[in-house]
Amino acid sequence: MAQMTMIQAITDALRTELKNDENVLVYGEDVGKNGGVFRATEGLQDEFGEERVFDTPLAESGIGGLSIGLALQGYRPVPEIQFFGFVYEAMDAINGQMARMRYRSGGTKGQPVTIRSPFGGGVHTPELHADSLEGLIAQQPGMKVVIPSTPYDAKGLLISSIRDNDPVVFLEHMKLYRSFRGEVPEEEYTIDLGKAEVKREGSDVTLIAYGAMVHSSLKAAEELEKDGIQAEVIDLRTIMPIDIDTILESVKKTNRVVVVQEAQRQAGMASHIIAEIQERAILHLEAPVLRVAAPDTVYAFSQAEEVWLPNYNDIIERVNQVVNF
Amino acid sequence: MKRTLENIENQFETFQILNEDGEIINEDLMPDLSDDELKELMHRMVYTRILDQRSIALNRQGRLGFYAPTAGQEASQLGTHYALEKEDFILPAYRDVPQLIWHGLPLYQAFLFSRGHYHGNQMPEGVNALSPQIIIGAQYTQAAGVALGMKRRGKKSVAITYTGDGGTSQGDFYEGINFAGAYQAPAIFVVQNNQFAISVPVEQQTAAKTLAQKAVAAGIEGIQVDGMDVLAVYAATKEARQRAVDGEGPTLIETLTYRYGPHTMAGDDPTRYRTENMDNEWEKRDPLVRFRSFLEKKGLWSEEEENKVIEQAKEEIKAAIKKADEQPKQKVTDLIKNMYEELPSHLEEQLEEYSEKESK
Ligand SMILES: Cc1ncc(C[n+]2csc(CCOP(=O)(O)OP(=O)(O)O)c2C)c(N)n1
Repeated sequence: MAQMTMIQAITDALRTELKNDENVLVYGEDVGKNGGVFRATEGLQDEFGEERVFDTPLAESGIGGLSIGLALQGYRPVPEIQFFGFVYEAMDAINGQMARMRYRSGGTKGQPVTIRSPFGGGVHTPELHADSLEGLIAQQPGMKVVIPSTPYDAKGLLISSIRDNDPVVFLEHMKLYRSFRGEVPEEEYTIDLGKAEVKREGSDVTLIAYGAMVHSSLKAAEELEKDGIQAEVIDLRTIMPIDIDTILESVKKTNRVVVVQEAQRQAGMASHIIAEIQERAILHLEAPVLRVAAPDTVYAFSQAEEVWLPNYNDIIERVNQVVNF
Repeated sequence: MKRTLENIENQFETFQILNEDGEIINEDLMPDLSDDELKELMHRMVYTRILDQRSIALNRQGRLGFYAPTAGQEASQLGTHYALEKEDFILPAYRDVPQLIWHGLPLYQAFLFSRGHYHGNQMPEGVNALSPQIIIGAQYTQAAGVALGMKRRGKKSVAITYTGDGGTSQGDFYEGINFAGAYQAPAIFVVQNNQFAISVPVEQQTAAKTLAQKAVAAGIEGIQVDGMDVLAVYAATKEARQRAVDGEGPTLIETLTYRYGPHTMAGDDPTRYRTENMDNEWEKRDPLVRFRSFLEKKGLWSEEEENKVIEQAKEEIKAAIKKADEQPKQKVTDLIKNMYEELPSHLEEQLEEYSEKESK
């Protein structure tokens, strides 16, 4: 099996689907000749031509609307938003229009669009680039939100997203792009959307995370093991819809939960997950479900980024609180 | 139909005063600048070129953060700025740090901005400007608002904003020029057409032959200027400013220019999308070379004079970096304190939590 970084796995998935389906189109700002500012589309224009892999004018709302229109013409668009911090520019196209098309057309028109975008922080980008805005999309009925944490998952989930007939926002954590390699099969494979994965089994506490925080949670779990605490780590992989079955199964086993998100605390995914847990499993809980999150400020200017971002020590602290409750 | 478009496009000829050899080709339109003022313009361009070189070096040493190179665009940036008054309000993009500096932003604060320190964004009293905009186009609609506010308050000042060729594709660009036109607000919209938006050439950005002609649809004045000719840029902006304060509405100015360096210092590789040939062609039109030769012919500039500016720039940059280094490091508690005028209770809690963390 090949060893790939997450960005290579993403390119591989795009290549796979460009080959499989002539309706797949890949486009965005600088994705053609330049191969994307992160090089996610490196070499694809040369391989598939300018009709299928192309640059757009600089306008995210235009990219969003164009995608809706191309989908109406039977294409399967895979646009890129260069950094997810720019998604506000495309918000009406995505949440306002794309997400509602199936409903507004009485179920007659789907939007098989996969919007890829780098998100998250920790790589010292300028202001307004890094951010964790997944909650904005997850709040919109009609959208799916997928967030891989490994190269293997990135390929399988991206292929599934592209083949899905509803719109998917596929978020790629910038810090994970090149930070490690993992095994990725050369052949095509899919991973079901809406399915979480238990990354590590444990009996004392459940850590629920996605994106880069999966790795911080795994690190925290290793440290906790030294103190005799066995943490189970769940990688959600799809945050909308969430895999409530996998979560509940774990909660019933460990009776203690900490939900970890890189996003700010207010009105985030963690709040939603905690609400689901307490509505369905309150009698299984031995302690309040706690959160690890960033503080409620705008994404930190880069000098304060390291302290601002949640890390494995913050997770350990919260776990100790629920274990010693 | 076709003929209408052609007619319009043909009216947008490039305005030039100084040709590539530093000769005046448009005597009638030569702006009324004293010898000292001409020298000051040169001083600023040389200084800014050095600042660019030093900033790139400092970035490579890890001593600066985000930086978007400016070499090649000095005439566009400083020529437009030189036509302004202190009370005019600047809404810059990320590459427009030089205008802010000449408008009064201390150099050490510009360096702090680059490092992502909030003090870099705190304009000193009397410096009428926002810190550089990162979201392409957002500043254009805001400029319409600043300009309308000035008009309503009866001020004799203007709002000036900058974007690149890529920025003209954003909805905000059209909305901004249209709003300003509808209100006849005193705004100047500058498009620095440096031929590329990161890797995308302007020909792929739009079917329009010029970017200046986009003014037509908004019903405002538009002009395309040789952006490597500081006198033409100055003259066009001066005139736009006069019209604006006289209540004659906004102007769109397209400056034809080039960025010699990479898009930013964060890994862009221009050889992927530009040829050396193209680089060379544009460097022949260099704004400093051209203006220097003009001034030398007039006996207003010498190598000695230039070296003095270079030395001064280097010294001031060194002192500014030192001062930037001495500023207290930015903390998460600084961010929390800056979120609202009065902290809501959940942030009070978080302030306490992070104060504790930071004191460890
Ligand atoms: C809304 C938004 N989309 C994309 C970007 C990323 N980006 C930064 S600069 C740039 C190209 C801008 O080109 P242009 O407007 O021509 O200005 P230049 O950088 O050449 O001065 C892009 C795509 C951004 N900062 N904001």
